[in-house]
Amino acid sequence: MDDANVIELDGLTRHFGERTVLRDVSLTLGAGQTLAVLGRNGAGKSTLLRILATLLRPHAGSATLFGEPLPRQSWKVRGRVGLLGHEPLLYRDLSGRENLVYHARLHRVSLDRVEEVLAAVGMRERADDPVRSLSRGMVQRLTVARAVLHKPELLLLDEPRSNLDPAAGELVEPLIGRASGVTRVLTSHDPQAALAEADLVLALSGGRAAYVGTPSGLDPDTLRSLYA
Amino acid sequence: MRTASAILRKDLLVELRTLETIPSMWLLAVITYVIFHFGLNQDTVKGQLAAGVLTVTLLFAAMLAVNRLFVAEREQGGFDAFLLAPVDRTAMLYAKAGALFIFMVALELVAVPAFALLLDPPCLGHSLPALLLILLLADVAFAVIGTFVSAIAVHTRARDLIGPIIGLPLLLPALIATARGIGPLLVNGSSGSPSAKWLAVLALYDLINALLAIGLFDFLLEE
Amino acid sequence: MSIHVRHLRGLTIATAVTVTAALILVFFYAPLDAEQGFVQKIFYIHVPLAIVSLVGYCLGGAFGLMYLRTGKRVWDMRSYCAIHMSLIFSIGGIVAGSIWAKASWGHWWVWSEPTLVSYLIVILLFCTYQPLRFSIEDPERQARYAAVFAVVCGAFVPINFIVVRLSAEYVHPRVLNLEGGNLPGPMKLTFYLSLLGIALLFATLMKYEMAAKEMRIETRRLRRKLLGDDAVRPLGRTASPS
Repeated sequence: MDDANVIELDGLTRHFGERTVLRDVSLTLGAGQTLAVLGRNGAGKSTLLRILATLLRPHAGSATLFGEPLPRQSWKVRGRVGLLGHEPLLYRDLSGRENLVYHARLHRVSLDRVEEVLAAVGMRERADDPVRSLSRGMVQRLTVARAVLHKPELLLLDEPRSNLDPAAGELVEPLIGRASGVTRVLTSHDPQAALAEADLVLALSGGRAAYVGTPSGLDPDTLRSLYA
Repeated sequence: MRTASAILRKDLLVELRTLETIPSMWLLAVITYVIFHFGLNQDTVKGQLAAGVLTVTLLFAAMLAVNRLFVAEREQGGFDAFLLAPVDRTAMLYAKAGALFIFMVALELVAVPAFALLLDPPCLGHSLPALLLILLLADVAFAVIGTFVSAIAVHTRARDLIGPIIGLPLLLPALIATARGIGPLLVNGSSGSPSAKWLAVLALYDLINALLAIGLFDFLLEE
Repeated sequence: MSIHVRHLRGLTIATAVTVTAALILVFFYAPLDAEQGFVQKIFYIHVPLAIVSLVGYCLGGAFGLMYLRTGKRVWDMRSYCAIHMSLIFSIGGIVAGSIWAKASWGHWWVWSEPTLVSYLIVILLFCTYQPLRFSIEDPERQARYAAVFAVVCGAFVPINFIVVRLSAEYVHPRVLNLEGGNLPGPMKLTFYLSLLGIALLFATLMKYEMAAKEMRIETRRLRRKLLGDDAVRPLGRTASPS
């Protein structure tokens, strides 16, 4: 299982009404690797992430996750993916702990794990305050806790740099960063950071893959010119 | 089932915390009785008129709950969180219908005594068991159809408008059965036993709609 | 050539012939009703319109179910067109019914006729179909939600009729005899021919509407292919399948 590819996309296409949001995207990503997806707003980055999260189904082409074809076998792999998007996916009137307990129940995770991640993101003291009352950085940390609660084998990070302030970012680095060893797909606006972190780079332009390959030999400006 | 109870617990916890829905339903019910009093210009109501007033009041209050049912999921990302979890998606239907049913029962705990107090229908105490039985079956209809309609409406632009205009015609058979079933109970000299015909209609309507909802609900959750 | 255009000319001719024949029979062949006189003839319009539109609603539900099962957009289009046509036909049906009620009982609307009341409820329900579609912007979600709604509403039609019938307490002389079993010979023939004519009219109009929609979709697709995505202005919000 470790040698098998985590993600295999072949001609992946997705429409929205008459518009084609993703057109003929193909790539493979191995276990433990990081894929950086670059592109302007509206290029299809978030759609790609949502397809990988099994929230959207491909309209054409194929997507295989952990060897299982989507969407037919989405239910099998759903619990192995963690999504960290723009929305925290936390109920504002419940406390951090209550939110995590809810997610733990949904994912069949033990309540000890809830305490574990709360400690890992440094939120144990404020865990019983309603999310409404927490600062943005704290909410971000709770969001990361939520995303890694069920120990996903694939992490999908939608613009993590812009959604985490530097302090929070450092704190959660071991959980969602390269060092965690987890297979990751992250979207970004910043080619420099992407090149530094990624094993594979996908540049999307108008839904098409303008570049798919390793970052070696690329500099940020060349990369940007491919998709901007 | 475990998933459904997790979602239900969460919903009840949020309602207890915020106290948004149930007190508003109580208030609306009492205000509606007052409006009916002035509109009909009667101190007491009886028979079919009483049944109609009670049914319509419960319906208006139910609309409040139906409108709010999925709003938190939509606005705070609850749908995504649920769809990412490796669970049976129909659990959301069971949980939300269960929550709506509980809200309706909580509503009736205040609305029925208030009805007795303000509009003084005859024979209410004597017919109470039959009345409650009919209301319980009606609550199931509200719960199932309300959840279905709310799930559709929450993804539309005119959320609060679409819910009622879709839901009211679909609820009409249940409302007819409820009102016609209660009517004979609230007259002087009522036997206090419920009409088997209308109980059967309500029960069958509940069953058919429940089966339809279970079969179709998954399609509403996909993106 | 779109599959909806096949046989369209033959169908149109058949419809024109049948409807004309039915009208001739209604006005010149069917006997005058002893009690109600000439106005009774609206029965030959009202009842077929009602029957065809109700069957159309149920078909809309069935097509919606096919869309949910197969995911093919053509079924969504069929569902939309069936419901759309049925709504138009049923508004005609209820107006005809109202005229008949005025002629028979002196009122433009009567609550004592359960079929008419159920009919009104069904129309009110299906009036919400298009606003519902219009208020969902994502086309795929729109089609899916509309299909789910169509299935529930299609199942609702017979249930509603039964429940309203149960609630009617008056024993009213049944003027509306949908089975047509008690009709004398000439009336029976006229009625069935009328029914056939309106059913054919429904099928023909539906085919025309579907052919028109498909042509529009195909034209847009070709324009996008030839001129590029940006050259073709987006449709904007629309209730109809695209």
